Amino acid sequence: MILINRSSVAYRKFKDRLFYFMVVILSLLVTVPLVAIIAEVVVKGYKQINFSFFTEVAPTTLDAMMAKESGAIISGGIVNGITGTLLMVAAASIIAIPIGIMGGVYLYEKPKGFLSSIVRFSTELIQGTPSIIIGVIVYAWVVVPLGSYSAIAGSVALAIMMLPLIVRSTEETMKMLPGTLKEAALALGGSYSSVVIRVLLPSSFHGVFTGILLSVSRVMGETAPLMLTALGSSVVNWNLENPTSSASLLIWEFYNDPNLADLVWSTSLFLLMIILVLNITAKYIANRAN
Amino acid sequence: MRDRIFKAFLLISSLAILLVCGAIFYSLFTDSMEALKHFGVAEFITGQEWDPNPDSETYGALPFITGTLLTSFLALLFCIPFSLPVALFNGEYFKGKKIAIVLGSIVDLLAGIPSVIYGLWGFYTLRPIIVSLGLSEQGFGVLTASIVLAIMIIPYAASLSTQFISMVPTDLKEGAYSLGATRLGVIKNVIFPSAGSAIFASFVLALGRALGETIAVTMLIGNTNNIPLSITDTANSMASVIANQFGEASDLRLSSLVAIGLLLFVITGVINYIGKMIVKRFN
Repeated sequence: MILINRSSVAYRKFKDRLFYFMVVILSLLVTVPLVAIIAEVVVKGYKQINFSFFTEVAPTTLDAMMAKESGAIISGGIVNGITGTLLMVAAASIIAIPIGIMGGVYLYEKPKGFLSSIVRFSTELIQGTPSIIIGVIVYAWVVVPLGSYSAIAGSVALAIMMLPLIVRSTEETMKMLPGTLKEAALALGGSYSSVVIRVLLPSSFHGVFTGILLSVSRVMGETAPLMLTALGSSVVNWNLENPTSSASLLIWEFYNDPNLADLVWSTSLFLLMIILVLNITAKYIANRAN
Repeated sequence: MRDRIFKAFLLISSLAILLVCGAIFYSLFTDSMEALKHFGVAEFITGQEWDPNPDSETYGALPFITGTLLTSFLALLFCIPFSLPVALFNGEYFKGKKIAIVLGSIVDLLAGIPSVIYGLWGFYTLRPIIVSLGLSEQGFGVLTASIVLAIMIIPYAASLSTQFISMVPTDLKEGAYSLGATRLGVIKNVIFPSAGSAIFASFVLALGRALGETIAVTMLIGNTNNIPLSITDTANSMASVIANQFGEASDLRLSSLVAIGLLLFVITGVINYIGKMIVKRFN
């Protein structure tokens, strides 16, 4: 039997190297799922992406079944999903961006107050709330009173999910601004509101904008809360009071319908590309500012 | 005058955030009252039956509480051996180097992938693997959901612990090196002891994420209303049972689903609060 001297320099160096290699290998393994997911979505999805993909509504099960039997590519697209996502994300942004930015400015102005501490606590609580619960409460707040599933209900749910990110990024970015900036602006005779609107917010634009992009990219892929609020629709809908589909809801529908399974990948590819581009843009802006 | 209007707007916006948060709690509470009164809080939480049959209607949350806790803790277990190395890679070995930034960005992108696409990937890629390994017949179940969940929470755990590991003061580490410690020795005897609580907190926060994850779990867990007895059993999590049954539910069943939502809200709230408190104490 070979005796190993556990405190020898050689043994300690060996253990150190071994640990280093394990860290590197395990870290690199983490990139595998990302590559695998993107590869699968691209390989299986690109075939279906053509002109009609962006101009036609989702096909019915029957149409898809007939196309499959004759060996043709399933006709139809996801325009009802694209427009639904656009409509709801736009409406959610209109609700969430002003409230989020002003809430963030308030927290920056009064960092220590009692109200600030409970607002900050609320923001963290909302951020940690599972998206399905947001769906449940918006169902009670909007769907039940209006008597039907609607795009506005979906927008409210998405807006609530966007809020915490926008509040936090606004507050954090403004905190990084040098205090002299605000003092200088005030010393020049700027009123409080014009100092905030014309000096402080523009100087923290990169951070606020990054926060908005990230929150948009996060809610764009949300499915669970929309199932309880916007429901889905087989036609293009621009009316906030009607049920509406979204790209993510269409993925869920296609997933549940074996005849439409081919479309699931192209829809995922479309959604994934938009979200990744938003993410990378956000990161680029944040990095350039630093 | 303009200043006063502007300040009023700031105040109203922050009150709105407060109001939303309070209203979430209030709505969940009032809408779950019917079920909680009918069954009693303790009986509802420990109830093992979920039977929507009108004649023998009875609802208990225990199967879903078990399902949620089992999938989330299992996911946490799977995520630690990967997120900790990533944190050491980015926060210690290659701190500030280009490769660390690249890996950090890749891990961040992992967080950007929508949950429904993770579910698809789990269904079409992971599930056949589980079947071919003979772990379960259909490939659905707690294990499948946990593996996908683990991948989904790696970015949160990794990026938070990277931050904390890179905050460990250099002079402490240099002190250990000057005494002849290897890098492993420094990690074991300096980094873990000084950043350990915060690293723990980042896993607690990642757990908070896993608890509420809905659509990917719904697609993979099998959606059966029983208590999972082994990790290859099918089950339902609190979030997935709401997603599955909310649309078709009414009256007592609807109220019971909201009550499950309330429980989930409280559990995730408490877990996130604990995580945030540890981080605050560390800073």
